[in-house]
Amino acid sequence: MIINGVSIDNTFAEAFPMKATRVIITAHTAQWAFNSAKSMSGFATSVIGCGCEADIERTLEPSETPDGRPGVAVMLFTMSGKGLRKQVETRAGQCVLTSPTSALFSGIDGGTRIPLGKNLRYFGDGFQISKVINDKRYWRIPVMDGEFLAEETTGQVEAIGGGNLLVLAKSEIDALSACEKAVEAMRKIPNVILPFPGGVVRSGSKVGSKYKALGASTNDAFCPTLKGVTKSELSQEIESVMEIVIDGLTEEDIKKAMRVGIETFCSIGAYNGIKRISAGNYGGKLGPYHFHLQEIMA
Amino acid sequence: MSALTFTLKQRTDQRVDMSPLICQKLAGMEPTEVAAIELQNGKRKVRVDELFKISGLDCQNIQIKNSFGKLDFIGKDLSEGSIHVDGDVGAYLGMGMTSGSIEVFGNTDIYAACEMKGGLLTIDGNAGDFLGGAMIGNKQGMKGGAVLVKGNTGDRAGDNMRRGVMLIEGDAGDYCGSRMVAGTIAVLGKTGRFPGHMMGRGTLLLWSQPQLSASFNDCGAHTLAFLPILLKSFKKFNSKFAEVEIFNRVQRFGGDMAEKGLGEILVKIYK
Repeated sequence: MIINGVSIDNTFAEAFPMKATRVIITAHTAQWAFNSAKSMSGFATSVIGCGCEADIERTLEPSETPDGRPGVAVMLFTMSGKGLRKQVETRAGQCVLTSPTSALFSGIDGGTRIPLGKNLRYFGDGFQISKVINDKRYWRIPVMDGEFLAEETTGQVEAIGGGNLLVLAKSEIDALSACEKAVEAMRKIPNVILPFPGGVVRSGSKVGSKYKALGASTNDAFCPTLKGVTKSELSQEIESVMEIVIDGLTEEDIKKAMRVGIETFCSIGAYNGIKRISAGNYGGKLGPYHFHLQEIMA
Repeated sequence: MSALTFTLKQRTDQRVDMSPLICQKLAGMEPTEVAAIELQNGKRKVRVDELFKISGLDCQNIQIKNSFGKLDFIGKDLSEGSIHVDGDVGAYLGMGMTSGSIEVFGNTDIYAACEMKGGLLTIDGNAGDFLGGAMIGNKQGMKGGAVLVKGNTGDRAGDNMRRGVMLIEGDAGDYCGSRMVAGTIAVLGKTGRFPGHMMGRGTLLLWSQPQLSASFNDCGAHTLAFLPILLKSFKKFNSKFAEVEIFNRVQRFGGDMAEKGLGEILVKIYK
């Protein structure tokens, strides 16, 4: 399949099941909600080393938030429910409770309920106040700037992590510029996050390593500097490869994001340095979800 | 199917225990069986059809007409359906109800919503003393649900209240929220003397400056994020509370310091 001179590989992105939740952070201003959300979703690019994958899903207008203040939706993904509980509580406690004027709410009504403010309340040292409003329990925790309000629980749902796209470009600048545009378009899709810095990964990995201690190592087949010395997937004209990783609540959400990403790359076209679109495919070793690029674009 | 309607034929001298006439107890009964139910009336028992003219079949929708202030225990332990009352009612309206709704177009005697656990109780007129209170000797009053009073309440509204929300559109009597364990009472009108007397926890939200006891301490003016959420939750009621301006600035008084001191009286700050 070739669109606007860009070749779409007959391959698939391989993804795996995860647990996820969404939380809503509000604050006196959008900037302070963002500050808190940025902190909460920091150091959360990959479950390999961060414990979870998290990112800002989108900003919210005051009319969209429970307390009528500006807000930000953050999504967190982990490999297990236990891991999600730990990450949500730790990050809420260190990054949201601490952030001036913030309040924290569940962004998912259904699902398995996991603690959000349930245990953070003990920070109130007995001065915390519970309020049940419309069958939801909130905790009011006295803090130095006033009061921190947190919903007791948030919803944990089944999700998918590791959807991905590889863009193969004529130069590093071409790849980076195309990825910036694709990320901007993909971030408009609801229910997905792109957890890596700026949404882009330059160090895609393969499963396994020559070193026994490592479970993953550099994806040498897509490293342009190794074209002549390894079993490379790259033709001579490819000088740079970048990846966009997508975590989403459902297969449909990830497909939509991938389609928007591929469309953006193709709209830039081969003339502007975008030569091929491929995906991380690890021969079925990684996960049960297979996102076939050509089917998505059909 | 029209509402199962009990129209009082004649006022009695003695009080009547209306607790058998609730939706879940009447479900599946034939009209003749309903008519034969015996109600305690003072020292004697009387058949329902001796006191009331009965019409309609829908026992999930009960109407009591020509009611007066000696009909006690209306809606006691109600767990489903609705009860609509035209006229005043006696004591213990909606006592222990767990779900469903009761609406009274009249005034109530003492202990309405006593130890109520859920559902919605609406009083279009005034409520007597100890609204949402606990039976004498019991430690916890209202434990859930919502009580809406469109008129005024007597003394000690929310006495020993444990959970739930009590909305008073008019004025509250003395000692509103006395001995509260937790929960929320909102009063659009004025409050009598010493609101929150001996409250341990819980919230009194007031639109008028109260006459506080010396054991409530001023904690200053604050912006509280939960208030807009709470006020928005009132929109579902057919009430003046549905139309109140959403605000988050209040003067906070902590107390009762003669008790745990973890309760609060929040008074709206007008700009």
